[in-house]
Amino acid sequence: MGSTGFAVVAEGLRKRYGDVAALDGFDLRVAEGTVCGLLGPNGAGKTTAVRVLSTLLAPDGGHAEVDGFDVARQAERVRYSIGLAGQHAAVDEVLTGRQNLTMFGRLYHLGWPEARTRAEELLERFGLAEAADKQAKDYSGGMRRRLDLAASLILAPRVLFLDEPTTGLDPRGRNEVWEAVRSLVADGTTVLLTTQYLDEADQLADRICVIDTGRAIAEGTPEELKSRIGGDRIDVVVRAAEDLPSAATLVGRVAGARAETDPDARRVSVPVRDRVPALTGVVRALHEARIEAEDIALRRPTLDEVFLELTGHRTERAGGAGTEKRTEEDRTETEASA
Amino acid sequence: MTNITTPTIPETPLARLRWALADAWTITRRDLTHWVRQPAPFVIGLLFPVMTVLMFGYLFGGAISVPGGGASGGEGYREFLMPGMFAMTMAFGLEATLVAVTTDAARGVTDRFRSMPMASSAVVLGRSAADMLRSVAGLAVVVACGLLIGWQWRNGVGEALLAVGLLLLLRFALLWVGIYLGLIFEGTDAVVAAQILVWPVLFLSNVFVAPETMPGWLGTIAEWNPLSATAAATRELFGNPGWDGESWAARNALSMAVAWPLAILAVFFPLSVRRYRRLSR
Repeated sequence: MGSTGFAVVAEGLRKRYGDVAALDGFDLRVAEGTVCGLLGPNGAGKTTAVRVLSTLLAPDGGHAEVDGFDVARQAERVRYSIGLAGQHAAVDEVLTGRQNLTMFGRLYHLGWPEARTRAEELLERFGLAEAADKQAKDYSGGMRRRLDLAASLILAPRVLFLDEPTTGLDPRGRNEVWEAVRSLVADGTTVLLTTQYLDEADQLADRICVIDTGRAIAEGTPEELKSRIGGDRIDVVVRAAEDLPSAATLVGRVAGARAETDPDARRVSVPVRDRVPALTGVVRALHEARIEAEDIALRRPTLDEVFLELTGHRTERAGGAGTEKRTEEDRTETEASA
Repeated sequence: MTNITTPTIPETPLARLRWALADAWTITRRDLTHWVRQPAPFVIGLLFPVMTVLMFGYLFGGAISVPGGGASGGEGYREFLMPGMFAMTMAFGLEATLVAVTTDAARGVTDRFRSMPMASSAVVLGRSAADMLRSVAGLAVVVACGLLIGWQWRNGVGEALLAVGLLLLLRFALLWVGIYLGLIFEGTDAVVAAQILVWPVLFLSNVFVAPETMPGWLGTIAEWNPLSATAAATRELFGNPGWDGESWAARNALSMAVAWPLAILAVFFPLSVRRYRRLSR
């Protein structure tokens, strides 16, 4: 491990596909033994970043080190230090779980007995011992991802890259994978995890790096980021549409922030810092003003709101040059006003 | 949990070669395991050419006369047909390669291999070995089928082995076409397209009928088809009836059966290597 104390260092990474800059001066530092969540919408550059760091993709510019080794010049050495679990469960579906792990063990240049022992251990650890002799195609989605995760841990890597490890899984499968990741962290593995889900980053990551249009735009602990964007939110749905403006004023005054209204849903939404006092305050104020509410909810901000706050634009990308350009302008505006 | 020690990275060229071969063997073994674990596609692949032999040999064969063939009717046609069927079996192998390459790419297995410290040549080396083994098995089945229906090699064993060598050379060349196409096309649509497109290529050759019976320009295309070269050359080597084509390609079938696969290799081997490297761009 490098003397820096960082397991992953990326400086000014660039990667261009035609007119689109997938990475546009991307910087990242992940301290040893921590979990970093790389958070961003589709097309933000998360997967490109992971592919560069895991030696699958050569960057056009910039510099990156993983476990103290240069990903471009010492790719082979890096490959002994990393594990990668991508968006697919990259296992051989015809082979059994055991055969998969033994094969990958052999390809990591373990001897036969070692590869077999390691396969047994990992099957046990990921709760796949009973299904060890079943073909991977008969596994559930969650089981297949766990097998994939097991395959990326054969050499007990110092750094593990997880690219959207729970995309496409049902809540149960997602919990299974989360549990597996937590147990790894307990062993001191450094994890870089990409996700589109704020709650996933919140659940697993020590620090979050928010990425947009190929650049890191915010970095910090989940708590820091949340307080930066105004923490949790209160949503109020009023019964009568004509109450909407007065409700917005009222709720905004209680929360000490500007409330957003959605006329179609008859909903007022406001960021709050003190969760429960703000909620009781809103309930009382509405009651006193005799505004009837259909629903009042205290909730976490969505990724979309994080983005709107940090970048001034929403996560959806219609695509096309016009949208990209507007995105650039939006960011400049936000930076200027910040 | 046992402590896993990182294997030492080999420094000498010899040690590296040893690892590359070990990695390739692991990949080949994986395919062999597939045959055991999922025998249906493998067995169907072996038996499909046999079905074609029976279909053309007995259903259509009686109606097809062989221009240069001595024996008349079905029997003579089957003598003519079998070397064509051997060449066809080699061509069908392309599909197996294509399926394997596209499946690995689509499932992310190719990326997993690339993120591992294995020899990058091992993936294709292992793939080649497995596919060649499959084709040898396929060829053995069709040869056995041919012997059962009265086909035989009429020249020496040496020439027969040379014919087998030419067939495998064609297969080896097509393997690289399969690897290249598999790396280019994404998803299984490409496989379906290849399954369909292999037929016109097959029919536009001397595998089933003599090119002389086709309209002029079509016959010329059929004569220059690489499959025709291998089929004609093996007919010659096995001492089976061929056809007395007048074109240069027909008179030099043996040289063509060597030149064509080498030309295909010369094009598709570098293309595949380049394509594989481009995965990291």
